[in-house]
This record gives sequence, structure tokens and C-alpha cells, in this order.
Amino acid sequence: MRECYLGIDVGSISTKGVIIDESNKIIGTSYLWTEGNPMEAVKKVINNLERELKQKYIAIVGVGVTGSARKLIGSMVGANMVRNEITAHAIGTLSLFPNVKTILEIGGQDSKIIILEDGIVVDYAMNTLCAAGTGSFLSSQAKRLGVCIEDFGDIALKSDNPVRIAARCTVFAESDLVHKTQAGYKKEEIIAGLCDAVVNNYLNNVARGKKIKPPIVFQGGVSKNKGVIRSFEKTLNEKVYVDELGHLMGALGIAILSRETKLRKPFSFKITNEKFETKGHECSNCPNHCEIVSIYKNKKLIDVWGNRCEKGAK
Amino acid sequence: MNKKIITFPQLANYYVPIEYLLTHLVECEILKPPPITQKTIELGSKYSPEFVCMPFKYNLGNFIEALDLGANVLLQAGGGCRYGYYAEVQKQILSDLDYNFEFYSLTETDKIAVVSVYKTLKLLNPKLNFFKYLRVLTITFEMIHYMDKIDLYIRKNIGFETIPNSFDQLLSDMLVDFKNTTGVYNLNKLYRSYFRMFKRLEINKPNKNLKIGVIGELYTSMEPFSNYDLEKMLAKMNVEVSRYTNVTYLVITKRFNNKKMLKICNKYCKYPIGADGMDNIASAISLALEGYDGLIHIKPFGCTPEIGAMHILNKVSEDYKIPIIYFTFDNQTSIEGIKTRLEAFYDMIKMRRSK
Repeated sequence: MRECYLGIDVGSISTKGVIIDESNKIIGTSYLWTEGNPMEAVKKVINNLERELKQKYIAIVGVGVTGSARKLIGSMVGANMVRNEITAHAIGTLSLFPNVKTILEIGGQDSKIIILEDGIVVDYAMNTLCAAGTGSFLSSQAKRLGVCIEDFGDIALKSDNPVRIAARCTVFAESDLVHKTQAGYKKEEIIAGLCDAVVNNYLNNVARGKKIKPPIVFQGGVSKNKGVIRSFEKTLNEKVYVDELGHLMGALGIAILSRETKLRKPFSFKITNEKFETKGHECSNCPNHCEIVSIYKNKKLIDVWGNRCEKGAK
Repeated sequence: MNKKIITFPQLANYYVPIEYLLTHLVECEILKPPPITQKTIELGSKYSPEFVCMPFKYNLGNFIEALDLGANVLLQAGGGCRYGYYAEVQKQILSDLDYNFEFYSLTETDKIAVVSVYKTLKLLNPKLNFFKYLRVLTITFEMIHYMDKIDLYIRKNIGFETIPNSFDQLLSDMLVDFKNTTGVYNLNKLYRSYFRMFKRLEINKPNKNLKIGVIGELYTSMEPFSNYDLEKMLAKMNVEVSRYTNVTYLVITKRFNNKKMLKICNKYCKYPIGADGMDNIASAISLALEGYDGLIHIKPFGCTPEIGAMHILNKVSEDYKIPIIYFTFDNQTSIEGIKTRLEAFYDMIKMRRSK
């Protein structure tokens, strides 16, 4: 029986699962949409992985969880490692690109930049104010233009003459876009312009003041978009590496972190048969009105969070 | 005329010395504003100009809540930035809301702070004797000084307490005793005995623990509610925390340290840039030289002096190779975002350390 580790990255848009062995080699992956239900999505990911690895004799001895739903999913699967996306992405990327100096990451709702020196993170930033220039912005614009988000990159590459679109803010970008379509610009020019806008927004907001040094790795869902890659290379004047597994870096990183902890916590694929439920309520013991979330496994309370003081803990 | 009920804005545990000062000098009932909650900030934001800095909204919320409980005399202070306008604007907003109250600004009646506070208090208590005032003021400052000294010890060690809540428990006991102190001698005795007790609290501190310095705007760094208990979050990560900004520093030390500070940050900043901007740059450099692993700079949304300082701090961070993370707090800030970035910051300095 081989000892293996499961890494789960639950993002706003997609949920990723990776299983690695003792030497950090990926032996199974799963990638699907979160669709607003992280618990279901994780169950599906686990089911997929189980099916994929049925023939191999493996035992999962540790689970790591990252992404915006890490806390919830961490208690659900009994993780031995729950860590933020920034650390997970850095660790995951370093395992494939040991020399990487800059990681650009654009996901569904957040985007970040991680600067590394000699294999350690020295600086990072995350978008804090606005989701302009993230994946969900692109996908809503794709819908408006009536194209599939998967074809977005290829369409953008057809144009050599991207239109200029104001990128400071999603709402303004959108009105700019409407104006340009009504003014008669071609679809591919507008799509290429959107890719440029995403890159400009990212470099002006998230990467402001950071020194971007090569080698540069670009990842996150948006890294699948060839148009955005081209815009990055054009603006930065450097080669931008995109790995085929770029979307799985967070899950890979957290699996590695789970392996590196001394703690072992056996995990069973049977978890998908258990019934999980969450209940949220507002604590009314003081005017803080903390939103408290309780998670139940087969009707038994397993975790509570959200309260700012002891009053809410019941 | 109705009995005077006096109140003042909330700031961490400093209500204890302020209450002491007022009880002994003014013949009014004292109403401590209710603890800051979500409601305080909602009330404050509702009636404040949208783009005013955060502490204004907290203070205004405190006043409204206290007025609703029957307070009718409000005290406010002032400082070297927009803080200087707080009193006037708040007074206007509250009278527009049809509250009946008297409003006093402690720092407006005279150029010399000590005299100014005296003159203000004299308005509330015409029989006030200057020497009695000086005596009580001395005890008040002694109390603040002791509290800050104890706080310094707590911040450095609370992250390593073996019995949960033991530090907080002892601190609240101490505050009760401080409040009922009988004089200089008694206060000194209390301080020494409590310091001993704090030192006796069991801690499990490793030899080379991580050290983080907190710098930034005064209100958000001192009032835990306004920074989402940042220091507690750090304590949970087993980190030693240092912060120079406290009332002792702002009211006393700062006056004498200006030249020294300017000398420290001479390369980056040749004159004070308003409020505590320059001080924070100097603190950052000192903390970097002391071997701290990282710095957290916090400011409320719209704090101009600190925005000025941030750009200089970027340079300091580069030159002294010390990571600095910046947090801006307002009532829309999501705590999850802060937790995520703080955790990543912790991981980062830990990785740097292990190298």
C-alpha cells in the first residue's frame, strides 16, 4: 500500500483535487466547477479521484485544504493542513519551477502576485478592493458578447489590433465595452482589448510597486486564456511560462504541505456517503451580531466558527 | 438644571485613567460609553461624511450611544491631522441630530496642553484648584505609563501563554484595582505586584520565536475593535508583537523624541509629515535594526499622513530587507481577506527565518 496525500483547493469558481505520493509525484487529479456548493463539489472531486485510482493500492494519510472555502472543507474532510492560497500556490509552483522569481495568478474572484527569491516568498499582494480583471469579469463579458469563455483566447489571438478599454473598474470597463461594440468594432478586436485590459488592471493594481523579474510563471484559471498570456508577454516584454497543470498549483502545494507536517490523519473515500449540513445564525447576545456557522456531520455538531467573543459559543 | 452626565470616546483600556481623572476633578456623573460593537460603527458611519477617516466614525458612534443612555456632556481631544477637526464637526453633526449636550474639546482652550485641559475642566467644575488638578493629572499619567508598560510585556508574551486567557484575566483584575487606587504610593505598589504576577504567569516561549512589529495610525493600532483584534490573531500564531504607539508615547515621549526620530530616518524623511507619519518610519527602521522578522503597517481608510508614510516605508522595506504588509481598515473591510493575508505573511516570514 502506497502512502499518499490529498490536496484540495476550493475556489470561488472551480474546485481542484490532487493526489501525490511520497516523492511529490502527482498520481491523480480532478478539476470541476464549484457551482456555489463547495461541499458537493468536494464530494464530486473525491468521487472522481476514487474512480481514477481504484486500481492502484493507495492509502491517503493526510489531507490539505486551501482556497476560500478552506475552513469549511477543512472541518468536513478532517484535514491535517488548512492553509491560505498564497502559501499553497508558492509551494506548489516551486515544486515544478524551482527557480521561479515571480508568480502571477488570476483566479475567479481574486488575483495575486507572489515574488520569490532563492525559493522563498519575499513579497506578495492580493487584490483587495475590486474584482475587475479577474476570471469572473472575463466570463461575464464573454456572455455579454455571446462567446464561450473557452474560445475567448483563440478569438483574441486573431486580432492584431486590440481596442482600448478602460480597465480601472469593472463597471466602467463594461460601459466602455458597450460603447465600443455600438461604435462598430469587430468582436475579436474587442476581445483582444479585454485581455489587454485585464493585464493592465492587474499590473496597475495588484502588482503595483512590485519588481517583476523573470522567470515568470502565470497560473490560475485565467492562465488558460491565450489572449491574456499574449498581453502579459507583450506588456512585460518577458517570456511568461504557463504550465499545463497551472490550475492545480494550489492543490498540489497544499498536498505537499500536508505531507510535510508530521501529523498523520488517515482519510477514507467513504466520506462522500456521509451527510454534511451547515447552519448559519446570527448571534443576538450583543449588538455585534456575529454570524455563526455550525457544521454538522450526520446531525452531529463537528465545528463552529464566526463568533468574536465567548458569548456566541454555545 | 439637569445633572451633568459626562462621557468621552472609547479607546482600548484607557477609559480607566480617564475615568479616574474625571471622578476626582469634576463633580459630574461619568458615563463610560458602551463597548464598541457593530452597532456603534453603523451609527457612526450613518451620520458621518462618507470619506472621513474611520476613527471619526467610531468616536461619533460612541457619542451617539452614550447620548442615548442619557449623557449630556461630551469630551473630545484633538491632534495634528484631521483629528484636530473632530470636535468641531462632531459637535455640529450631533446638534443637527437634535441632541442636547455641552461639548468640550480638551486641547482647544490654550496652547499649552496641560493648561488647556485645566481650563476645560474648570468650565465643568469652577471650584477646581490648580494644584489638586496637577496632583490628579500626575497620578493619571502614572497610571497610563504603568498600563503601557504592562501592555508591552503582555504583547511580547501573550502568544505563548500556556493557560488560555490567563493574561487577559489578570489584566482585567489589574484594571479594576487601578481604578480604585488611593494615590501615587498605592498605585506604584499595585503596579509592582501586578508586574510580578504577570511575570509569574506560565509561558512556553521558544528561544527564537518570530517577532513582528506593529506600526501605523494611532487609533487603529490601539483600539482592538477597529483592527479586528489583529494583535490577538498574531498571538494565536505564537508571535511576539511590539508596538511603539501608545498613549505614553503620544502624549509624553513623542515631544522629546522628535529630533532623535528625524535623525534615524534622515535618509528618507527630513521633516515630520503630519501626525505620526515620520515617527512610524523611524520606528520601522529601529525595529528592522533590532532584528524583527516583519512589520505590519495599519491605517484607517483615508488617513493621509500614513498614506504619505507608506511610500517611504516601501523604500525602507527594500533597503533593510524587512517585509512590510499594509492593512487599511474601514467598516467594509472583510475579516477573511485580512486573515488570509496575515496568514500568508506569517508563512512568509517563517520561511525567511528558516532559511
